[in-house]
Amino acid sequence: MNSAETGSDPADRLNSLIVAVGRDRDRAAFQALFTHFAPRLKSFMQGQRTDPGLAEEIVQETMVNVWRKAGQFDPAKASAGTWVFTIARNMRIDLLRKASRPEPDMNDPALVPEPDPPVAELISQEQEAARLRKAFASLPEDQQKVLRLVFFEDKTHAQVSEGLGIPLGTVKSRIRLALKRIRSEVGERE
Amino acid sequence: MNICHHPNEELLLDYASGALGEGWSLAIATHLALCPACRRMVDGLEALGGGLLMDTAPGPVSDHLLDSVLARIDKMPENDLAPTPAPASAASSATGPVPVLPQPLRGYVGGDAAELQWQRLGLGAYQIQIPTEGERVTARLLRIPAGRPVPQHSHRGMELTLVLTGAFSDTTGDYGRGDFQEADEDLEHRPHAAPGEDCICLAVTDAPLRFSGGLMRMIQPLLGI
Repeated sequence: MNSAETGSDPADRLNSLIVAVGRDRDRAAFQALFTHFAPRLKSFMQGQRTDPGLAEEIVQETMVNVWRKAGQFDPAKASAGTWVFTIARNMRIDLLRKASRPEPDMNDPALVPEPDPPVAELISQEQEAARLRKAFASLPEDQQKVLRLVFFEDKTHAQVSEGLGIPLGTVKSRIRLALKRIRSEVGERE
Repeated sequence: MNICHHPNEELLLDYASGALGEGWSLAIATHLALCPACRRMVDGLEALGGGLLMDTAPGPVSDHLLDSVLARIDKMPENDLAPTPAPASAASSATGPVPVLPQPLRGYVGGDAAELQWQRLGLGAYQIQIPTEGERVTARLLRIPAGRPVPQHSHRGMELTLVLTGAFSDTTGDYGRGDFQEADEDLEHRPHAAPGEDCICLAVTDAPLRFSGGLMRMIQPLLGI
């Protein structure tokens, strides 16, 4: 990771690009987003999969949906990287499993709202994302490795265990330790 | 309402990464509707996924990919574009009874609990089967009559249970609306619905239950559970 990319300016730039696509259907802004995200999505989705064609299909569907959904992007709720990640993840589920992803509906009258303004909202999404990345970077390499496999390759813990040739119990304890660290950044459950 | 029993964080991780299958995800997503604390954790895990994406080294992309994408967005009809979401105040001003079944569950079964065609299971219990992707995983709504036990059983695989109304207890504790139980081969239990109100829960499992009593074992194939 280049240290220049961790500052808030590039993140602000990506946010404004998505907002410009949503508001003005700005084609140049979209091309700039493509230049930034498509090559990263390609590596992210390919992981150790051997089929680059499928990875490109996911990239294509993701970018088309970035255009389609840009009007819904809210920088106060998620950073640009997180928003694009969730679209790509859903496209991967759609294309690989032909299944939909059940999600809560934030406008559902049955949804239980946050009791108080959550602490997380007091800091910006970029700060939150930067904090989590820092927490991730501070994890031991073996914990980082299992989390990367889980995210990049859409693998369950049993598959990660098989892929790395290490016992399932070890995978689980590494994931648990890593999540404990992440949890301390996100805030305790009451 | 105070939720005491949450999904373990590995399930939240698999939900956030997209690895979790549809049936299990339905149980997690419906718990999230009732649990702001777990929503916060999933948001954090998604932000971690976003961070990993941003930190990924760019890979080679085919020359024609941008052109294909641009051709598709140029052809996209205006009404295909996702609308800007309504301001949040519009949702909170809506008043009316709170549905027993939150989304996304309500959409999967096609209505709220009182509107459904419940299928009789015997012993006063009813069910609604919920189609999801994945051959081995079955998801169903169960309605256990108030004050009655479910026959003693153990599990051949994993079973996730989310309480939606009423309550049940077993040796591991008391479970009310929003509480989440993860059972595996090690748990043999005899959940007992609390008196006063029928207990409706979402149960997702990847193997048939193993009933301890001979009668239940005999009629199990007829009940389809």
